[in-house]
Amino acid sequence: MRTAYIRNHNIITSLGFTSEENFEALKEGETGIRPTEDPLLYPASVPLSLVNPAKLNEKMAGVLHDRNKKSPADSYTRLEKMFIVSVHEALQEQEILPANSRTLLVLSTTKGNIDLLEERYRLIFDHKRLYLWDLGRVVGQFFGFANPPLIISNACVSGVVAIMTAARYIVAGRYDHAVVTGGDIISEFVISGFKAFQALSNEPCKPFDLDRTGLSLGEGCGTIVLSAEPPAGKSAIRVAGAATSNDANHISGPSRTGEELSWAINQAITEAGILPETVGYISAHGTATSFNDEMESKALTLSGLSGIPINSFKGYWGHTLGAAGVIESAAAISSLGSGYLVRSAGFEKPGTPVPLNVITRGNRSAFQTCLKTASGFGGCNAAIIYQKM
Amino acid sequence: MELFITSYSHLAGNQVIVNDRLIFYQENILTFADFIRAAYKHSQTSYPKFYKMDAIGKLGFLAAELAIRERSLTGYPAERIGVVFANGSSSLDTDIAHYDTIRDRKAYFPSPGIFVYTLPNIVVGEVCIRHGFKGENVFLIAESFDGKLLCDYINELFDSGRIDGCLCGWTEVLGDKWNGLVTVVEKESHGVTPEAGNWHIPFNEKNINKIMNHN
Amino acid sequence: MDELILKLKKEVIEQLNLEDITPDDINPDSPLFGEGLGLDSIDALELIVLLEKNYGIKIEDPKDGKKIFYSIRSMAEYIMEHKK
Repeated sequence: MRTAYIRNHNIITSLGFTSEENFEALKEGETGIRPTEDPLLYPASVPLSLVNPAKLNEKMAGVLHDRNKKSPADSYTRLEKMFIVSVHEALQEQEILPANSRTLLVLSTTKGNIDLLEERYRLIFDHKRLYLWDLGRVVGQFFGFANPPLIISNACVSGVVAIMTAARYIVAGRYDHAVVTGGDIISEFVISGFKAFQALSNEPCKPFDLDRTGLSLGEGCGTIVLSAEPPAGKSAIRVAGAATSNDANHISGPSRTGEELSWAINQAITEAGILPETVGYISAHGTATSFNDEMESKALTLSGLSGIPINSFKGYWGHTLGAAGVIESAAAISSLGSGYLVRSAGFEKPGTPVPLNVITRGNRSAFQTCLKTASGFGGCNAAIIYQKM
Repeated sequence: MELFITSYSHLAGNQVIVNDRLIFYQENILTFADFIRAAYKHSQTSYPKFYKMDAIGKLGFLAAELAIRERSLTGYPAERIGVVFANGSSSLDTDIAHYDTIRDRKAYFPSPGIFVYTLPNIVVGEVCIRHGFKGENVFLIAESFDGKLLCDYINELFDSGRIDGCLCGWTEVLGDKWNGLVTVVEKESHGVTPEAGNWHIPFNEKNINKIMNHN
Repeated sequence: MDELILKLKKEVIEQLNLEDITPDDINPDSPLFGEGLGLDSIDALELIVLLEKNYGIKIEDPKDGKKIFYSIRSMAEYIMEHKK
C-alpha cells in the first residue's frame, strides 16, 4: 500500500522565514505576538503576530531573481508573496517538479486576499484577485504547476484538511507528490469580526491557562511537501491517519462534550494502526478561548490522551487561521524529527476541567508518533497523525 | 465502487427542481432575497434560524432540505454521513456585507451575526446541525462548477470506507446571481436498486453536469 | 417607558432577524434567552452591538450582559439609566 511521506516543509511567521528559523525561536521561547498600533488595522492597540514586511519583500525579490521572473514584486499581493516565498523554500532540494502532472498543489486559506476590499488596494489590484481560485491561479502559475490547485476554505481546519486530502490522494494513487500550502493575512476585516465576537485577548493569548481570555490573531504561511517516494537517507515521517467530523451543534460555539472531535481523533488513530497510549505528543488547536480549550480537553480525555505531553503553538504565532494547520503541523513534524518538545507559551496554571499534560519546559524527548488537532467555525474538527517510520 | 445520486434539489433562475420535477417557479423575481424567501415559504419548512442565515446559508440549507425530504439518510450512523460542498465566490457576498459595517470608521459596528458567515463552510455547519450529520465534511473552491472536483473527493471517501452516504453540494451566490445544488449520494448496497423503485442515477461527472446544466 | 419598550422590540426583531415575530408576540418581562425567542450566544453579542449602535451605550464587561439582556424591560431600564 502506498504511503504519503513528508519530504520537506517551510514556515513563515513573525518569528522567521524558514522552519529552522521558526523552530529555533520556539526553543528560545519568545512570543511573536506584540501589541500593535496601526489605525488602518484597528482604532486601538491589538496584540498581533505580524510577518515582517521588509523581510518578506527582500525574500520575494530573491525568489523572483532565482526564478528569472520579469514581473515586479509589487504585482503580487502580500498574501501571494508569502505563498510564493514559502512554496519556493519548501521546493528547495526536492526533485518534485510542479510541472509534473502527477503533482498536486493544495492551497488552504480562509479569507485569501480579503485586504483588497480596502480603499488603498482597490486601484492597485484587480477585483478578481478576491476570488480564492484566482489567488490559487496566481500561485500555481508562478511555479508552473500542471494541474489547477485544489483549494480548501474550511475555517480553521483548512490547513489540516489540506494535508489530509493530499495524503489521501497520494495513497489512493491519484498523485505521486503534493505541495500543500496554507496562508492567511491579518486584516482590518478579520480583526473587526473577532472583536465583534469578543474573542480577542488584550494580551498575548494563554492556551489552556486558567486565566486565558481569548485568542490572539496572527498571520503566516506554511508549506508541506508530500510524496509517495520517501526522502533519501534520513528517517522518514509519514501521514499515518487523519479524519474530520462535525459537531452538528452550533455554528460558532464548539460542542459542549468534545465527542465529535474525539471521534475524529479516534478515527485517525485507528487508521494509523496504533494505540492511543503510543501517541508521544499532541500539537493542539489551543486557541485560548474559554470554550475551545475546554472542549479540546474533554475530547482528548474521551480519547484517552489527557496524559500525553501537549502544547499549542498559538502562544507564539497567534491564530493564523488558514495557515495554522500547516505551520503547526510543520512545527510538530520538526519536534518529531528532532526529538524536542517545545514549551507551550502562555501557559502557567491549569485551566481545563480535566488537567492536561501541558509542556511547561522545552525538553528532549524521543517519540514516534504525534497528533495534530484543529477545530473551527461551522462546527468542524480535524485530526491527523504523523509517524516516524 | 458504484455510487448513486438518490435525490437532488437544484435552485437556479426562478426555479426549484427536485429529481427532475419542477416544484416551484415564480415569474418576475429579481433579487435572491425574494426568491429564497418565496421558495422557503413554498417548501413549508419551519426553521426560525433560517432567517438568521446569510445568502449562501439559505441557499444550501433549502437545497439540502428538499433533497433530504425525498431521500432521508436516517438509516446511516451520523458519523458515516459526509457533507462535501463547494462554490466559486466563497463567502464574498457576505464579506462585502461585513465590510460595509466597518468601512466608515465613524459608524464602525461589526456584527457577529454577519461575521460568522464570512466563511464559506458555515453552510455545511448549518446543514449538519439541521440533520445531525457528524461525519467527514469539507468546503472546496473552484472557479466554476466542477463536477470532477466533487466526484473525486466523494469517491475517495466512499472507496476508503469512511462514509456510507453523502451530501454533495454547490452553493454559489453573489449579489443576485445564484446557483444551488445538493445531491444525496449513496452506495449501491443500501437498497438503491432499480427493483426498489427509488429515483436514482449513477453518481458521476457526466450526470452531475447534466443536472447542473438542465436548468 | 412604553414607547421605548415598543421601539426596542422592533429593533430586536430587526437586529436578530426574527422574521415571523411581531412586537405583540414579545412579552417585555419574559426572559429573552432560554425559552421563548430561542436566542443564542451570537444573539447575545448582537444585542451588545444594538445598544452601542442605536443608543451609544458601550457595555464594558460582557458578563454584565446576562442581567442587562434578561428581558426587554431590563434592557429598557438599562438604557434609561445610561443613555447619553
